[in-house]
Amino acid sequence: MFRRQGDRYVATLAVDEVRVLRKVASEVVGLLTDGFDHSDPVVGRLFPEVYPDDSASTAEFRRYTEGDLKTAKIDQAGAILAALPDSAGETGHEVRLDAEAAEAWLRALNDARLAMGVRLEIKDGTDLGEELDDAVAEDPTSSRVFQLSVYAYLGYLQESLLNALID
Amino acid sequence: MGGMAAPQVAPVETPDTDEVPVSDRPWVTIVWDDPVNLMTYVTWVFQKLFGYSREKAEQLMLDVHHKGRAVVSSGARERMEHDASQLHAYGLWATVDRS
Repeated sequence: MFRRQGDRYVATLAVDEVRVLRKVASEVVGLLTDGFDHSDPVVGRLFPEVYPDDSASTAEFRRYTEGDLKTAKIDQAGAILAALPDSAGETGHEVRLDAEAAEAWLRALNDARLAMGVRLEIKDGTDLGEELDDAVAEDPTSSRVFQLSVYAYLGYLQESLLNALID
Repeated sequence: MGGMAAPQVAPVETPDTDEVPVSDRPWVTIVWDDPVNLMTYVTWVFQKLFGYSREKAEQLMLDVHHKGRAVVSSGARERMEHDASQLHAYGLWATVDRS
């Protein structure tokens, strides 16, 4: 979890954390490049219809803004990848972010959580602990168990970084 | 952002929206509730993007959370579209509408 050290935001990440963060950041980049498809509900959530009742105006808005927005989102996911080694070795890895990188991480962690939230069908009032218990009871080795754990982890990490920034 | 040859446009003074008659600010940016964004994050984004006080940003966040939506800015249509696209960069679910 992140803490502030002078003007840096520091976290010591275990090998598994590095691996998971690289994976989710890469998936976001993939979604915004090769896999970009407006009919994908995840893309729909990351690029909301700005005029829900006016598809012509929404299309016009997208024509002017979508390229920049996509680039920004790819760059912020890239900030996570840039701060992490390809392989974390056996002892994990210390991440030290300046304020700019910390904000990019915050936005990128949020994008990753939004994407996972859509796939996991997280709703208002969803109790993550309960969801996880149910999923474990059904099949502890399922991908849903893994995805729910990662989603919960990203939330904790994002909150710790935000608290360090606000402090 | 424009290229190197882009003309410099003087920033437009943004009047305090509370003092502008409604008829002069016909468009609004709306943020909608969603189950993923952290409440602290939403508050932080409102402070960051709009320069709102902690108190005002928190109140707006609570409106979004409890009422399902809140108007976070109002003014010219182009300006609202700019605000919405900034909010999208932070992952908030924002739309533009007539006030």
